Amino acid sequence: MDQILSLAAENLLSPIILFFVLGFAAAYAKSDLTVPEAVAKAMSLYLLFAIGFKGGASVASHGVDTALILSLVAGVVLSFVLPLVAFALLRVMSGLDVTNAAAVAAHYGSISIVTFVAGTSVLDSAGLAGEGFMVAVAAAMEAPAILAALWLIARYGDKSNSEEMDGELLREILLNGSIVLLIGSFLIGAITGADGLARIESFIVAPFQGVLCLFLLDMGLVAGRGLRSAAGVLRPGLLAFGIVMPLVGSLFGLAAGMLIGLSAGGVALFMVLSASASYIAVPAAMRVALPEANPSIYLTLSLGVTFPFNLTLGIPIYLAIARTVTGG
Amino acid sequence: MQTHKAKRVEIIIESMMERRLTEALRKADVTGYTILPVKGGSGRSGEWSRAGQVSRAGGMLAVVCIIKPDRLDALLEAAFAVVERHIGVVSVTDCEVLRAERF
Repeated sequence: MDQILSLAAENLLSPIILFFVLGFAAAYAKSDLTVPEAVAKAMSLYLLFAIGFKGGASVASHGVDTALILSLVAGVVLSFVLPLVAFALLRVMSGLDVTNAAAVAAHYGSISIVTFVAGTSVLDSAGLAGEGFMVAVAAAMEAPAILAALWLIARYGDKSNSEEMDGELLREILLNGSIVLLIGSFLIGAITGADGLARIESFIVAPFQGVLCLFLLDMGLVAGRGLRSAAGVLRPGLLAFGIVMPLVGSLFGLAAGMLIGLSAGGVALFMVLSASASYIAVPAAMRVALPEANPSIYLTLSLGVTFPFNLTLGIPIYLAIARTVTGG
Repeated sequence: MQTHKAKRVEIIIESMMERRLTEALRKADVTGYTILPVKGGSGRSGEWSRAGQVSRAGGMLAVVCIIKPDRLDALLEAAFAVVERHIGVVSVTDCEVLRAERF
């Protein structure tokens, strides 16, 4: 417990969290502070590029092994299973209708790459590192949750509320720009290895924390404004779900990481991935696939509740549990 | 100066539906349209703003087509099939154009 409190206190006073809090507070205070859309997009591209490349370079150094394959398989399975768990929890805790519950559930099966990036940053500060291939696991966990949500609608809901999974939608999901850049950078990092990393290290390593701070300032603004404008749609049961589900999800990640035999850092990152909720790829897919679902509910819940929770308290908790369980 | 009657159709739609809408318009032989960014607004689905969106999911855009009046129904049918279940507004106004052969 002391370890969790100490890590949480250290995390809460880190620059990335304080910048997120600054953005959140500024949005709540109705400040006109904004990060230009193009700048936010550029920073998001930079972070995906840097995290993907570093992950690939790490795999090049350590080699491909069965843990990589097993982690990818476990990631895909978790991304499909977690929405089913989330759906059941939502129906019990909030009484949300089937369409909205399925849409929210999809977000909690998929992942938030920014939470993952923040997780790797906290690991770095703690002197730990996860397996480099966890970046590829993150990418693999983006899409299956969307299929799980459509299956939930087909099984329990009104099929007329969902669109058919056509080739166009599948292409948009699988070739989502974030996934393409993340996987592409990962592959380039894996091909070029340590030499490639040495050539661009000054660009992707040293400025990383500063860019992450500025990006999280923007995320704080977005989360704060979203929560302020849509707070009315979140009933107490839904708010509780936004905190309980990441904790439940993290336990699935813990089990997967332990079964595969990952390092303490790898287990912590698997927990972070399983605990995080998408607010980029899945909302976009849900607007096309489940237009009847209310975006205010799923966006506010994942971005306004679960994301801040994971960033401030969740990640230190997952890290402390991973360290305790693995002895790392 | 000689002007000609035409219809101006403005479709405000979710950004995610852009490609689907323009494909439907092309299939209905509506090859001329203009896509405009929109800053923000409010409607039945609540407030939205172009600023501060982390993905295209929350954004909207406007597709404007100017066509001859006799082609209006075909355009509206094509557009409606796409926008029917989504957040957005479709409006039609009378307008006049200078070069009728272009529409």
